[in-house]
Amino acid sequence: MTPLSIAFLPLTDSAVLVAAREQGFAEAEGIDLRLLRDTSWATVRDRLVFGQVQAAQMLAPLAVAVSLGLSQHPAAIAAPFKLSTNGNALTLAADFAAALDPEMQNRIVDPVATAHDFAAAIGLHRRKPVIGIVHRFSSHALMLRYWLAYAGVDPDRDISLRVLPPSLMAEAMRAGEIDGFIAGEPWSSVAVADGLGEIVSVGANIWQRGVEKVVALREDWAEANPDTVDRLLRALSQAAAWCDTPENRPALADMLAAETYVGQPAGLILPALEGRLTLRRGTDPVAVPDFMLFHREATAFPWRSQAAWIYSQFVRWRMVEPSAAAEATAARVFRSDIYRRALAGTGATMPGASSKLEGALSAPLPVGAYSGEALTLGADRFFDGRVFDPAAIDAYLASFHG
Amino acid sequence: MRIVIVDEPGLRATILEDGLREAGYTDIDIVPPRGGFVARLERMAPDVVLIDLGNPSRDSLEEMLTVSRALARPIAMFVDQSDEAMIGAAIDAGVSAYVVDGLRKERVKPVVELAIRRFNAFAKLRTELDEARTELATRKTIDKAKGILMQTRGLSEPDAYALLRSTAMNQGRRLVEVADALITASALFAAPAGAAK
Repeated sequence: MTPLSIAFLPLTDSAVLVAAREQGFAEAEGIDLRLLRDTSWATVRDRLVFGQVQAAQMLAPLAVAVSLGLSQHPAAIAAPFKLSTNGNALTLAADFAAALDPEMQNRIVDPVATAHDFAAAIGLHRRKPVIGIVHRFSSHALMLRYWLAYAGVDPDRDISLRVLPPSLMAEAMRAGEIDGFIAGEPWSSVAVADGLGEIVSVGANIWQRGVEKVVALREDWAEANPDTVDRLLRALSQAAAWCDTPENRPALADMLAAETYVGQPAGLILPALEGRLTLRRGTDPVAVPDFMLFHREATAFPWRSQAAWIYSQFVRWRMVEPSAAAEATAARVFRSDIYRRALAGTGATMPGASSKLEGALSAPLPVGAYSGEALTLGADRFFDGRVFDPAAIDAYLASFHG
Repeated sequence: MRIVIVDEPGLRATILEDGLREAGYTDIDIVPPRGGFVARLERMAPDVVLIDLGNPSRDSLEEMLTVSRALARPIAMFVDQSDEAMIGAAIDAGVSAYVVDGLRKERVKPVVELAIRRFNAFAKLRTELDEARTELATRKTIDKAKGILMQTRGLSEPDAYALLRSTAMNQGRRLVEVADALITASALFAAPAGAAK
């Protein structure tokens, strides 16, 4: 057995890692998988960068940022496998949310109107709204920025973004330190169950197939241990398929509820897995289709175009000096080549291309696949209808100033 | 050199602070990582910030260090990356150190090394404390079981102890487990309070 340690945060989207261990998929590949729970992304990052663990659950933008030297010690990160698509929610305190559409489901299904309502609510609030984000380099923070900017909100000027670990968001709401937060589940469901806030938007309705968590490896370690990497990816692929099977969801929720993993009741974890969220305490849950994905549509495949999209947002928000070198470094973090090597011949769906237009599909589309089951990509629109072409980043960025 | 320790008030922060003072550093503050601690820290304009690697507030701290306009010079973790042995020891000990840009490494190194030693000493102390606590609880359990045997079977203290020990040896169990079982059983046999009437 090869011992392998992975650092993770208590989040529902750690599911694939937890299932890989608990359902024996890692063991079957000869890997003694040890899961090390942390509270902050900084700790997860440092454990990986300084070699205390071989792999980490990581925010996709943070993996790119570490490679670009934007987050403390620079290190080349390889992300050969995506752990999830979407799975985030924006939760606001009731007094701030009062300015939004009183019909809660309308807020979710109409992100355009809700963005405008949010913009109008800023001036009505008793202070500059303080919104909790889990990290400057998080997918959710980038989506929140994208969404609010559409309605003319400057997220660096008109609101205060406060960085807090996801598991501390509910307490910060209770203490009145923040007026809302955007984070991965189950932390919105926990806040709603405690009557601390209302879910007003979900990541899946901002970008239907938004890039979320990845498995991050140090590039030098991955290159020195190709066999271990391949076995890890095969185990994770099986685990992801298990997690995305509807019959397994209750068992998965029970598994994640353990104190050593998410440490919250299964009843608060299951809704995100099923895509049925309670938006406000005491109301009936509403269906949010494709709230989070683990496996179907080749979720795990690291499209290089998605790393390029992350880079484009870093440039947009002046987090990095634009350069051809930085763009290339960012795109290289998503290692579709390692994914192909590890999962070739396993029956896993293998897309024909490694890069694509992001946000171009308004309906599911069957696409070319080398092997495995036929691949149908789901609709992946951004809520504003923009399409990201990784070959034309400058034009894409210019379109935001139109 | 202004050093800020971000930690809950308690043994670890105290032994770290004491160590730094003994080494001749005088400008030391302990800031608990709660509420608006980041703004407080920013006003202090520290040269070195020491914080437990696993502290949940590190993301908030790093965000402030990234965006602060109040700090005259940027602060980053382990600014001198050349000393990999020291960084490795720090990570293993659970120390993260944020150091102001431009501070010479000869000046920072003793601070970080001292923090590593004190964090390790604290971890050892905690292990010993845990062991001492377990030891104490064990002794209490055995004393209680002895008392039950002395009372119900009229044994002397050495005989009660000998009986417990021989039972444990015969069953291949630990003494404290046998004592625990005896206490549980005796509580089950005892008449409920007031039921005697």
